[in-house]
Amino acid sequence: MNRAFPILGILTAILLSYALYVALVVAPTEQTMGDVQRIFYYHVPSAWTAFLLFFINFIAAVQYLVRRNPSNDNVANWTLITVAVVTCIASLVIAVVPALKEAMPKDVQPSSIGTTGVIIAAAYFVIRKFFSVEAVDALAVTTAEVGVVFCTVVLVTGPLWARPVWGIWWTWDVRLTSTLVLWLIYVSYLILRRFSSSGQTPVMAAALAVFGALDVPLVYFSIWIFRTQHPQPVVGGGGSIDPRMLHVLLMNWLAFLCFAYLVCWSRYRLEIMKREVEEAQALESLLEPRSATR
Amino acid sequence: MPTPTGITRATLRKDLRLEWRSKDAVNSMLFFSLLVVVVFSFSFDPNAEESRRIAGGLIWVAFLFAAVVALNQTWAREIRNQVLDAYRVSPAPANSLFLAKAIGNFIFVSVLEALMTPLFIIFYQLRALGPTWQLLIVAALGTWALVVNGTFFATMSLRTRSREIMLPLLLFPISIPALLGMVQATTAILIGEGARVWIALLLSYDLVFTTACLVLFETVLNAE
Repeated sequence: MNRAFPILGILTAILLSYALYVALVVAPTEQTMGDVQRIFYYHVPSAWTAFLLFFINFIAAVQYLVRRNPSNDNVANWTLITVAVVTCIASLVIAVVPALKEAMPKDVQPSSIGTTGVIIAAAYFVIRKFFSVEAVDALAVTTAEVGVVFCTVVLVTGPLWARPVWGIWWTWDVRLTSTLVLWLIYVSYLILRRFSSSGQTPVMAAALAVFGALDVPLVYFSIWIFRTQHPQPVVGGGGSIDPRMLHVLLMNWLAFLCFAYLVCWSRYRLEIMKREVEEAQALESLLEPRSATR
Repeated sequence: MPTPTGITRATLRKDLRLEWRSKDAVNSMLFFSLLVVVVFSFSFDPNAEESRRIAGGLIWVAFLFAAVVALNQTWAREIRNQVLDAYRVSPAPANSLFLAKAIGNFIFVSVLEALMTPLFIIFYQLRALGPTWQLLIVAALGTWALVVNGTFFATMSLRTRSREIMLPLLLFPISIPALLGMVQATTAILIGEGARVWIALLLSYDLVFTTACLVLFETVLNAE
């Protein structure tokens, strides 16, 4: 492990403690909820980090399935390029044609459609460039495990906040329930990885990750029909947030991202090393009978 | 060379004939869901008004658990004598096999539902206030949602240790939207409200996951 790792570790520690300081001391106290609201600076960054990690996991799973076959790989690359171009054109068209702009929801900017498409394609190609087919599976394990940890933080801090503010620990609201289901899906993903025999694990896990990702919109939509109670998202949604609070929130997110990156990095190295050891052991057991006859 | 549909039909016919002669899956499912019905009746007082509100959940939970019993046996006969390996090296398309197994499971679970529903009606004094024919649509879509993913995950859990446990662990989290759809649609019909939106949800769930299963089945079947 090179020198960058301890440096990043120290930086993360400093950043995390600074983020803790601004969250507990600098950030203004919320008017109605009081100090309880400060948990928000952990809850929301953890949630964003977890969703980001699950998103990377999904991309890694798709790549693992697709890149084993060159023609599929080509199709996937062109599909992503098409997605990026089409979403950009769509957002341009929506911005120019007034009738379409009217039809959009109020708090969604037309440009966000194009941005989303480009970000998805960019993430795909960045991962494709830096990870080989085997490495992409190690990346999938890493992001799933760390993602589950962050998602657990979300699910624990949520009720801690909800109890004083809503008066209940838990409610079957759309965001809470979707996050819980997401957590369940990824826990089952980790269990599958643990229980399947080693050679077939990556394919099974990747298939399950794709199923999980397909399931998420359906879960969200179905529970949205069912009921909703969670406060509207304060960033990018209808709500408003004090700029100082937003600053603290983003600072915390940065610290959490650094921390997540650090943990993912060491877990990823561990996974790669584990595979190298397994390979070496397999090789050794193949060679052993010959050396015995010598 | 038989056509893909021909292979599907042949496999399906073989499975149905085996099931008809042994009646393993259907019998164990029937007894299992009967037990569920009886146990549930202890946990609350089944008068007509209350049971109408919770019957949707009750019926589908019973069918879900029973379906897992059948789904776990999907590949049991193919593993003995390496039938599945023989299938993998044959040029027959994997999706024909998948469709045959999924349709077979669909038929088994549908038979179970047809036999159990009268019992539910008798035990819990059910009478639908809404259009009853919609229940048939909900049952068909819901059952397909369970068996299509169930058959797929049964293929996956085949390669794991303690495979009988693995299937529900994989199937239940993914099936949550479908379950919610089935339960809500059934309850809405029983208490006389509209169930259109839930049926639409079930339909989109079925479409999404049938496509996903057909796209990924060959990869999973041949995973080494």
